[in-house]
Amino acid sequence: MKTTAQSDGHRRVVLRAEDVWKSYDEGAIAVLKGINFEAFEGQAVALCGPSGCGKSTLLHLFGGLDLPDRGRVSVNEIEINRQRNLLRLLRHEVGFVFQLHNLIPDLTLEENCLIPTVAAGTDRRTAQARLGQLAERTGLSHRLGHRIQKLSGGERQRTALCRALMNKPKILLADEPTGSLDESASAVVFDLLLDIVVTEGVTLVMATHDRSLAARCDRILEMHDGRIREPEI
Amino acid sequence: MIFLKLILTNLRRHRIRSLISVAGIAFSVAAMLTVVTILQGAIGMFSGILSSDSEIIVFERNVSDLFFSNVPADAVEQISGWQMVQHADPVLFGIVSSANHPIITCFGVTAADARIRKATWVEGDRGTFAQHTDDVVLGERAAEYLAASLGSHVQIGHATLHVIGILKTANGFEDGGVFMPLNSAQSFFHKEGSSSVVTIKLRNKDDAPAFKQMVQAKFPNLIGLEDAEFNRSYSQFKILKATAWAVGGCGLLLGGLGVANTMIMSVFTRIREIAILRVNGFSNLQIATMIFGESAVVSVFGALVGLLIGTCFLFMLKQVPALHGYIDVAIQPLVLLIVVVLALLTGIAGALYPAVYAMRIRAVEALRFE
Repeated sequence: MKTTAQSDGHRRVVLRAEDVWKSYDEGAIAVLKGINFEAFEGQAVALCGPSGCGKSTLLHLFGGLDLPDRGRVSVNEIEINRQRNLLRLLRHEVGFVFQLHNLIPDLTLEENCLIPTVAAGTDRRTAQARLGQLAERTGLSHRLGHRIQKLSGGERQRTALCRALMNKPKILLADEPTGSLDESASAVVFDLLLDIVVTEGVTLVMATHDRSLAARCDRILEMHDGRIREPEI
Repeated sequence: MIFLKLILTNLRRHRIRSLISVAGIAFSVAAMLTVVTILQGAIGMFSGILSSDSEIIVFERNVSDLFFSNVPADAVEQISGWQMVQHADPVLFGIVSSANHPIITCFGVTAADARIRKATWVEGDRGTFAQHTDDVVLGERAAEYLAASLGSHVQIGHATLHVIGILKTANGFEDGGVFMPLNSAQSFFHKEGSSSVVTIKLRNKDDAPAFKQMVQAKFPNLIGLEDAEFNRSYSQFKILKATAWAVGGCGLLLGGLGVANTMIMSVFTRIREIAILRVNGFSNLQIATMIFGESAVVSVFGALVGLLIGTCFLFMLKQVPALHGYIDVAIQPLVLLIVVVLALLTGIAGALYPAVYAMRIRAVEALRFE
């Protein structure tokens, strides 16, 4: 199932990278070498490529967790640069899902999901309503009061997905979201991801090694040696 | 609620470490409270001796300790005759010793002195005071530890004195001291014709400024201070107070280092969690508030436990017979407030570096941290 039509002519660009360069160790390790990228509203984009090719680094730049050495990354045509800009970005524009669930073990599922709303200062009633809606969709309603240790791997990753979507972000950045799950749990989580992209109009940019999952996205981009290439279909 | 839980999470996760930090602050607060209260009580008692039925103290200018002050008898006589003075009581302070008791406070007073007139005489007759040079009146506790009773003789210093009365007083120094006729005390301490201080009762309290000016004009070597003024300016009191707060402060500093250590460990062991919070939109202020909140919980809880321990300890000290009357357990609200605020500030200071460190955590690097 593809989430959107391939034609992007009339759709808005929500995420853009222009000639983005990034290196580590004072330039010794060049990770991204002049990346140009656009993602449209409601589009699901898969970033494929071998380990170390720069997929995660690119996602971090898209989410404002890091800044490029050169070039510009913009979300909704606003360049990511300053601290205030970053806070707004993280609170309202993007949501992250990582390979590891990255939940806080001492908190319950519900409390973990509410963390972004605490950061954003969302009122309690709105936050609870949103949580109820997401928990229903992800099949976690009956597990809200459970601690993270009591949840299965798939449930944890679904919780992470709920958390990422709590503040209704426009962009969902997923770094190997099913990488630590078995086949069946992986299928459930990915189905949910695509379903949410369709129903909420979220733009998904997902780094993955799994070609079969990538094939279900609207676009597949190949990354190799710090460069990006869109294969011909 | 979730923010509060985030603050408490790490404390619950490392219970033993948290308890050690709380104990550090608690014992520091208890130590500070105990030392300050005991010394404040001692100061209060000493100033109580001076202000007994008087408003003004006259003593030698620029002496560091009242035991070294000399007020000549003719000055006492002149001051007594001033119109505005109701009565002027010379007091000579001295330190004497007896077997097993190296320090006993001795008061050389006249029969008219309020300490003699207004005290409760457990044994003896106040009318017999100062009739003989070897007469002595003991405080009740002094009589107890000297094993003396009415009519017995006690060895004090180089003299053997005849006990003609036993006084009961709430003041620890007086209760554990001995009262001699002024002339006897002057002879005993080789200070003939002088006293340490003169306590003044005015007919009208409003005359105090005029009285002090007259003292300054007539006796340049003497100074007259109102009781409150004296308590504020007497160097020995200042030294005692400063010592008390310094000792307590050192204790609190140690407690603060404990909090700092706990908070540093707390931040180091949750770098990844802090990164997750950052990714979810937590600002520097929110991260810092979380760290300061954690240290504030430790400090406040530690301060409360410390106040409880300190108060219990003071009450226990009060029950020790040897200290009876010397320990005043009336904890002043201001002292309580200062101790709690200092504990809180210590906790916050202890969390400064950890909070700054936490604010500098970069999510992108910390998420790689296992």
